[in-house]
Amino acid sequence: MRNGSLRKKTKWEWSGYIFILPWLCGFFLLTLFPMLRSLYYSFTNYNLMDSPHWAGLDNYIKIFTNDSTFRQSLTITLRFVAFAVPVKLVSALLVAMLLKKNVRGISVYRTLLYLPTLIGSSVASAILWRHIWGASGLINQFLNLFGVAGKSWISTPGTALMTLIVQGIWQFGSSMVIFLSALKQVPEDLYEASEIDGASKIRQFFAITLPMISPIIQFNLILQMIGAFQMFTQALIITKGGPVHMTFVYSLYLYETAFTRFNLGYASALAWILLMLITLITVAIFAISRRVVFYETEVEA
Amino acid sequence: MTVRRHKKTRMIFTHCFMVILCAIVTYPVLWWVFATFKDNSELTAPSLLPRQWILDNYVLGWNALPKFSFSHFFVNSFMVVGTIVVLAVLVCSFVAFGFARVRFPLRKMWFAILLTTLMLPSQIIIVPQYIMYNSLGWVDTYLPFIVPHLLACGNGSAFFIYMLIQFIRGIPRELDESAKMDGCTLFGIYARIIIPLTSSALISVAIFAFMWNWDDFFLQTLYLNSLTKFTVGLALKFFIDGESAAPWGQLLAMSLVSVFPGIIIFFLAQKYFVEGITTGALKG
Repeated sequence: MRNGSLRKKTKWEWSGYIFILPWLCGFFLLTLFPMLRSLYYSFTNYNLMDSPHWAGLDNYIKIFTNDSTFRQSLTITLRFVAFAVPVKLVSALLVAMLLKKNVRGISVYRTLLYLPTLIGSSVASAILWRHIWGASGLINQFLNLFGVAGKSWISTPGTALMTLIVQGIWQFGSSMVIFLSALKQVPEDLYEASEIDGASKIRQFFAITLPMISPIIQFNLILQMIGAFQMFTQALIITKGGPVHMTFVYSLYLYETAFTRFNLGYASALAWILLMLITLITVAIFAISRRVVFYETEVEA
Repeated sequence: MTVRRHKKTRMIFTHCFMVILCAIVTYPVLWWVFATFKDNSELTAPSLLPRQWILDNYVLGWNALPKFSFSHFFVNSFMVVGTIVVLAVLVCSFVAFGFARVRFPLRKMWFAILLTTLMLPSQIIIVPQYIMYNSLGWVDTYLPFIVPHLLACGNGSAFFIYMLIQFIRGIPRELDESAKMDGCTLFGIYARIIIPLTSSALISVAIFAFMWNWDDFFLQTLYLNSLTKFTVGLALKFFIDGESAAPWGQLLAMSLVSVFPGIIIFFLAQKYFVEGITTGALKG
């Protein structure tokens, strides 16, 4: 928009800073400053009682070479992210595709499918889940109908994480709503034109639908991925991190290190590793999407 | 003829699929609702409807915790979350107006930073923030929940600002220009033109702020430790940890009550909600 003839000279309005002042204060005091503090703490030993004392790279060295809990919680979290996020997004997209064609009663379907998301990651939904997958819960009652003897899914090491993944997928409603509106914005004439050219439905999906909504897929993917990495309430209430640490996700480990053992330096190092990991994955997603994602118009920043 | 029939079969297929999917997805919730009216002994039976409808779970559950009934915890939750909602709407719209309408130096840089904070995992700042609030004596008060929202850095703030910026950009600039000619100040434009025109987006901010902060269990378990100050979520956690044989019926009943406010608000303002979800995500 730098059009010289129209706008000869940009007239800055410093008063803008009055408007963003609250956020600016918040950014410096509650985001940037704490981030730098946590970077500093990650190189110290600190337990809230004594002042932090410098430990160099000790925390990081210990985490990477001599901390089996770290390795386990990271593996579990990665497994959770790798299963829950793609399945959630793919099912959200598929259902949105079905609902796109102005199906009658769409608002009823949409509301019903949104219901689990509405209950959200609350303590209440975690309590519900804990009962459903328990020894005498809904799942086993259902299996009993077919004569299959159930087990306590939550306290079996092999299936505990699966119950959490299923809950994550169960809440695919918000992604679906976003996909649905994205699909509705794809110009109809593109489909009509390709139909005349004799393109099949599948070809249309890959040649038109997918490229047109790719920015939204990217947006959803990144936000869901970050959210999944931070999963906390579910693991705390449904499985309590157990059995035998099989659902001891990263944020639970971080929480316990920081606030039950008060190893604040060590916890800060864990937090920075998580940040680096999330940044790395985000950058990778952006790098891949630079080739794949299709932007219709450049967006004004 | 065949094309039309083909379309019709596909429509029927779609409906069948959707009905089955909806049934599977909502069944746990349906089961939950009926379970709260069942006797504890009946919870393990496979039937959906209770053989005998009882209200005991609600009556007993409401007063199950020592010293305080759930009314107390609900008042606490509403107080905290209500304050947050008001602050989120006021502060985020104010900041968003600055970003969307005022051309100040370094605006693009600050906007980029705002977008980055949108993706920042909260774990990274939780430890230093705790230390800071602890030294200020704010642990076990509601200040760690409220102050961040006053400074547009609470749970969801960055998303709200971003969403409102997108929304305000959609309002024709001519309105501002003419108001400016009439001698309206920037603040006047914000208060008299932008605020009324963004009301639907502000409603969705309010709904999101309510739901996300009502559910924000991480911060609640971190900062609140005396029973007097407990929110509904913490009370439920206390309930589930309290006894070895947790009375599941009561637990499920109280859990259900705890999600009512969010569900009621959602249904009252569903139109704005869907609009809000999509403005933020789509116009980026």
